[in-house]
Amino acid sequence: MTDDITVPIAADADIVVARGEGRTLASRLGFSRTDATLIATAISEIGRNILHHAGAGEVEIGRDADERRVAIVVVARDQGPGISDVQRALEEGYATGSGLGLGLPGSRRLMDEFDIDTKPGHGTTVTMRKWRDRDALEVVREARGRDD
Amino acid sequence: MPVPILKQGDYLIASIQSALSDSEVLELRDDLADRIGRYRSQGIIIDVAALDVIDSFVARSLRNIARTASLRGAVTVIVGIQPDVAVAMVQFRLNLEPLHTALDLEEALALLDRHTRGQGRAR
Repeated sequence: MTDDITVPIAADADIVVARGEGRTLASRLGFSRTDATLIATAISEIGRNILHHAGAGEVEIGRDADERRVAIVVVARDQGPGISDVQRALEEGYATGSGLGLGLPGSRRLMDEFDIDTKPGHGTTVTMRKWRDRDALEVVREARGRDD
Repeated sequence: MPVPILKQGDYLIASIQSALSDSEVLELRDDLADRIGRYRSQGIIIDVAALDVIDSFVARSLRNIARTASLRGAVTVIVGIQPDVAVAMVQFRLNLEPLHTALDLEEALALLDRHTRGQGRAR
């Protein structure tokens, strides 16, 4: 995927870069300004999660597509302590250390798909997708492009 | 880049110019707390129109700024929340209570004048 961008997260300024890259790619993929802001906000939250719980990690932003839809895919990875109780981490008001407790459940509401892969001692990978329907013209143009 | 804070009569106006990192948000909080005492300010206006996102950290920081200011005797008003940012905040279920919000600077100044019962003035 040529659109893939990986932003290393090691300081709070990196979160600003990651959400900026997310916004740029979202716009390029045809998402509305509002959707781009929803995506940037979710990236900001999971970027901060990496920093607070693991100290460092990375955010990878890319594209996915099927016949009718386009998605922006955000993958946040760290090698931190992992989450022992994922169910609780996704509950409103659950917080460890930072006093946040809104980050994961809030981000899940901003995106269409939200998946956490974690094991205590083995880090955490959060994968989020937001989909957009392609309009008819887009589909026709792409089919034409393939014929050429 | 630090957020410029203007003194306008009895009020302070913080005009955020670009996306802020978490530490820059905390710097703004400390700068405002310091200046309220120094200038005996009665009101604070924070213009967030240039903020790219208001996530849980920014929302919590703005609430903390308002609480700190309130303990120092000042009222805080947030202005310029962009429409897309407002939609994201609602979907995220973030709220800024007990913060005051206004659409623009003029409205914020009028709100502060009412709150300070005409004792504070932007002159």
